Amino acid sequence: MPTRYEQLLANTQPEEMILNMGPQHPSTHGVLRLELITDGEIIKEVIPHMGYLHRCFEKHAESLTYQQTIPFTDRLDYMASMNNSHAWVMGVERMMGIADQIPRRIEYTRVLVCELNRIASHLIAIGTYGIDIGAFTPFLWCFRDREHIMGMLEWASGARMLYNYIWVGGLFYDLPVGFEERCAEFINYFKPKLSELNQLLTDNQIFISRTANVGVLPLDVAISYGCSGPMLRGSGLKWDLRRIDEYSVYSELEFEVPVGKGEIGQTGDCWNRYKVRVDEIVESIHIIEQCLERLTKELKRTPDFDPRAKLPRKITPKAQDFYVRSENPKGELGFYFISDGKSEIPIRVKARGPSFNNLSVISEISRGVMIADLVAIIGSIDIVLGEVDR
Amino acid sequence: MTFEAVKEILIHKFGSEVIVAEETSGLQSALVIQPDSIVDVCLELRNNDKTYFDFLSCLSGVDYGNEENKFGVVYHLASIPYKTQLVLKVVKIHIGSAAANMPFFKSVSTVWRTAEWHEREAFDLLGLYFEGNPDLRRILLPDDWEGYPLRKNYQTPAFYKGIKVDY
Repeated sequence: MPTRYEQLLANTQPEEMILNMGPQHPSTHGVLRLELITDGEIIKEVIPHMGYLHRCFEKHAESLTYQQTIPFTDRLDYMASMNNSHAWVMGVERMMGIADQIPRRIEYTRVLVCELNRIASHLIAIGTYGIDIGAFTPFLWCFRDREHIMGMLEWASGARMLYNYIWVGGLFYDLPVGFEERCAEFINYFKPKLSELNQLLTDNQIFISRTANVGVLPLDVAISYGCSGPMLRGSGLKWDLRRIDEYSVYSELEFEVPVGKGEIGQTGDCWNRYKVRVDEIVESIHIIEQCLERLTKELKRTPDFDPRAKLPRKITPKAQDFYVRSENPKGELGFYFISDGKSEIPIRVKARGPSFNNLSVISEISRGVMIADLVAIIGSIDIVLGEVDR
Repeated sequence: MTFEAVKEILIHKFGSEVIVAEETSGLQSALVIQPDSIVDVCLELRNNDKTYFDFLSCLSGVDYGNEENKFGVVYHLASIPYKTQLVLKVVKIHIGSAAANMPFFKSVSTVWRTAEWHEREAFDLLGLYFEGNPDLRRILLPDDWEGYPLRKNYQTPAFYKGIKVDY
């Protein structure tokens, strides 16, 4: 039986045109190739082709120990490496049964760096979204502010983007002396910058005209396609695994879960997805402030504190299957492990990337739109091809 | 909705032979379902008001190793209104190694649309065939790739399009 793809190509009408977009197209955010069947400017069908960045993550993970795979997880969603390794480490710790023995200073440090990374990831999403639509300035502003976060995380881990900072049972190093003060300084600097960014982009009439009511994703479609993160919340559902699973120390932290309310446009459109990201930055700032408060008071660093004290010498979880999920900036990141109980190497690892699932909905929401709107839709999905292709 | 209650619903609806086995030793319990009834079971679990597993978190194909010729698919379900999770598995012994002769599973892409891409991935990397998937093509690897890299007996090819690959 012919596949749907073959049927689509076979049923192309004489007036229709097959147009190739990517993998070098700047608005496809990496190496995504879209095959468009168009009637003039109107898109009839979008067929995504991926795999240009496939690096056999799962195959690698089946031949390396649990610790050795952490640097590979950094390269999944390379905009938010901390969050990826946090998810991986959390899964391994739970399989080992040491998840409740992690010192609280380490947990708060993990949440702190993850939220900093979340802001950095959302800044990229917002900045590149602006540039997709034709607004150049927000891109430069976002990169300027992101650079502060990159600098801080480099100070902590030694690397700019791919950190390998969170380890099973602990951390690579404790935060450097003065990190908390520098972080607080950054937050003070960043808050007014964020309202400037809002004035420039969020309420910009040109931006609203390009994004509001475009690419509307109804909630039932979003759930059926496994969309998560800002994609799902933009459609109006309050679903954030930091609140649902309350993993790490998120249960002790106060924050709201922003959802798309349709103040402008309608719930589930590109503008609302964008707005969810902007609001999440505000919430992340709030979380960081609480972490800093605790890290400088009751969980203050002491000279004898060793973040590697709890590192297991040998990681051999007992024979079991385990699926761990966590809330990445882009949605639900899951790792499925199968361990045989004898070896330090898992039998099977599957990574469930949020971008992979979020991207799958694209042909559903871009039927009948203009080609220029497709650019707006791709930008609002905020994909990272490192994670789609793995 | 507890694991036991889900089990009871399934047994009540489909009879006890639908559950082949259950795995409760690990942190997450799993139900091993009769491969032929997986679509009906998933549809029931999604549509039943008491379970309402409307979100398919993850679908993974698994090769359990060379000697047993055992292949499986693992479904991680989540219910948004009840905030619960469930693991389903189907397992098949597959005899034969020819490329066209693949382990054969039923597709759940009619239940959750997201399964379509996950199944394409399992088809691509593990060589599992999903009957009923409308668009079963390779997804991550090139269309002309030979073999299924995540199979345990996969041999890394020495040549790619006639060019020798050095490792």
